Amino acid sequence: MRADRIDKTPAALRVTPNWPATAEARAAFSWEAEAKGLTGLPGGGLNLAFEAVDRHAAGPLREHVALRLLFRDGCRREVSYGELARLTSRFAGALAGLGVKPGARLFVLCNRGLELYLGVLGGLKAGCVVSPLFSAFGPEPLETRLRLGEGAVLLTSESLYRRKVAAIRDQLPLLKQVLLFDDNGGKVQIPGTHDLRQLMDQAGDDFPVAPTSADSPSLLHFTSGTTGTPKGALHVHGAALTHLVTARYALDLHPDDVFWCTADPGWVTGTSYGILAPLLLGVTSVVDCADFDAVRWYGILRSEKVSVWYTAPTAIRLLIKVGDELARAHKYPALRFVASVGEPLDPEAVWWGQEVLGLPIHDNWWQTETGGIMLANTAAMAIKPGSMGQPLPGIEAAIVHRREDGSLEMLGDEAIGELALRQPWPGMFRAYLGQEERYRRCFAGDWYLSGDLARRDADGYYWFVGRSDDVIKSAGHLIGPFEVESALLEHPAVAEAAVIGKPDPILGETVKAFVSLKGDFTASAELHDGLLAHARRRLGAAVAPKELDILPSLPRTRSGKLMRRLLKARELGLPEGDTSTLENPT
Amino acid sequence: MDDAQLRREVLTALQGIAPEVEPATLRGDRPLRDEVDLDSMDWLRFLAALHQRLGVNIPEADYQQLTTLNVLLAYLQRRLAAG
Repeated sequence: MRADRIDKTPAALRVTPNWPATAEARAAFSWEAEAKGLTGLPGGGLNLAFEAVDRHAAGPLREHVALRLLFRDGCRREVSYGELARLTSRFAGALAGLGVKPGARLFVLCNRGLELYLGVLGGLKAGCVVSPLFSAFGPEPLETRLRLGEGAVLLTSESLYRRKVAAIRDQLPLLKQVLLFDDNGGKVQIPGTHDLRQLMDQAGDDFPVAPTSADSPSLLHFTSGTTGTPKGALHVHGAALTHLVTARYALDLHPDDVFWCTADPGWVTGTSYGILAPLLLGVTSVVDCADFDAVRWYGILRSEKVSVWYTAPTAIRLLIKVGDELARAHKYPALRFVASVGEPLDPEAVWWGQEVLGLPIHDNWWQTETGGIMLANTAAMAIKPGSMGQPLPGIEAAIVHRREDGSLEMLGDEAIGELALRQPWPGMFRAYLGQEERYRRCFAGDWYLSGDLARRDADGYYWFVGRSDDVIKSAGHLIGPFEVESALLEHPAVAEAAVIGKPDPILGETVKAFVSLKGDFTASAELHDGLLAHARRRLGAAVAPKELDILPSLPRTRSGKLMRRLLKARELGLPEGDTSTLENPT
Repeated sequence: MDDAQLRREVLTALQGIAPEVEPATLRGDRPLRDEVDLDSMDWLRFLAALHQRLGVNIPEADYQQLTTLNVLLAYLQRRLAAG
């Protein structure tokens, strides 16, 4: 039988971990001392992109590789910190040339590629509030987010624009400027848009970084709740300190590391750790522009000499499914630290890392709202497979019960409750855009309430138990059932729609929909496919249901509330629980 | 199996995963996953469906080269011919 913990021997640690994981180190930790790792703007203030790029470009890291882009066709391109500073300045200059003012909302809808980095970093330099969008979203989630976020500028590729944005452009009167690039390097000629490359050619190599401060808004990340519209979590430039500290301590990044974060750029991990954190520490990031492919991934780990790898449970489970033979066909002598985030990593997967890659996988936990990693199995710590680890230095966590009067009861070891974090910390979100009440509800006194249920064991390790709401987590991405249901309800045949997360061995959960039909429609295979097609066209493949059942009616409470919980119990063949409030208990 | 027949089979498998696909507008020389909105799971399900429909085993090592519809059709035709 496997042990319930993986201890670290000095021999297993190839470099001395940045975080010693001792009580003494924790007591000595202070954010003030860590803040010395940031430079600050020459004239005072703080700007994420200046810290990530420009300060390195002005020093000994000027020629150091910041990004190593691996294109789909097998070509590659290395971009030094010096070049990245020049190119992001040109991007910022292009924005200024269009009259875009600091504070304007810039949305970035890009697959992995250089333009993504120029958009996010150049936008931050220009003082824009940057909002990355998931390129697998369909037109409807894109329209919702651009509208809620009052997007004034959009950067995207010509093909994504044609496929997903052109049709919704009329519904976005606030969207003034659209910057496009051709994936094949050609010129873009679409009325009402600008050719990014042409604009950048006209801009200069130097751009005065916008005089932002630690409290200036920087990034806007949309996330989903059970009900209502997506929530735009607003972050500030001061989050640089959380990114820096967590990359150093949770990911154990050292100056000569080659780091690979596989997260999609449209989600918060792809921005915080795919873009910002490694650059803040001046390390080299591998950027793979292709989709997941097991052979390709093992090849990248080997030939790019990746030393620190940050990936996700779904990717790990896909690799496991392919079989160990492929993994064992290669050796990965440079690889020394592997971490995972997105959803709890099952013990099997942690052990797979140990046995097949020769390195255990370090699970960690955080959310869009927290801005960076909060709990982690760190390099110096013993790993408890299945646990998300312990609070990082500077972070105080607790398991709490929210009483009816809003006060909190602090729970002891092994009790299941809501995972809470004591505020503030530098990277925490500062608002849900335009939804102040919703933001306030996330806090009770000094504590931020995560909505995740967890328990803490006697050794101080935290274990994920579940969500306290109906939000679906598929491939580590949060999907709000309401958004999917709304799209289904727009189909003329649909009377009612309910969406649940169905457990899936690879994705964690997949989106499963239940609908009932309006009177004049009858269920058929054709209608079933038509409904799925409708949902996929509007929502995109990553959000649309993978399965759909047509039912005579959906269970509701007497007050009319959809009982997703009951549908889920029926789907899983579980006891249905309390159905006393059901409208028609049959 | 002739080319037209193979194309029909492939498109039927594709529509099983992505029923919104309109074969007439599909450009065979463009990356399939740009032409059709397929996430990683859709892609793997599609390849599994091809395996089941055609009885052709597609090794993991070949996944990367299957970029466009035309390339995929030629690949499957070769595999079918090789028995």
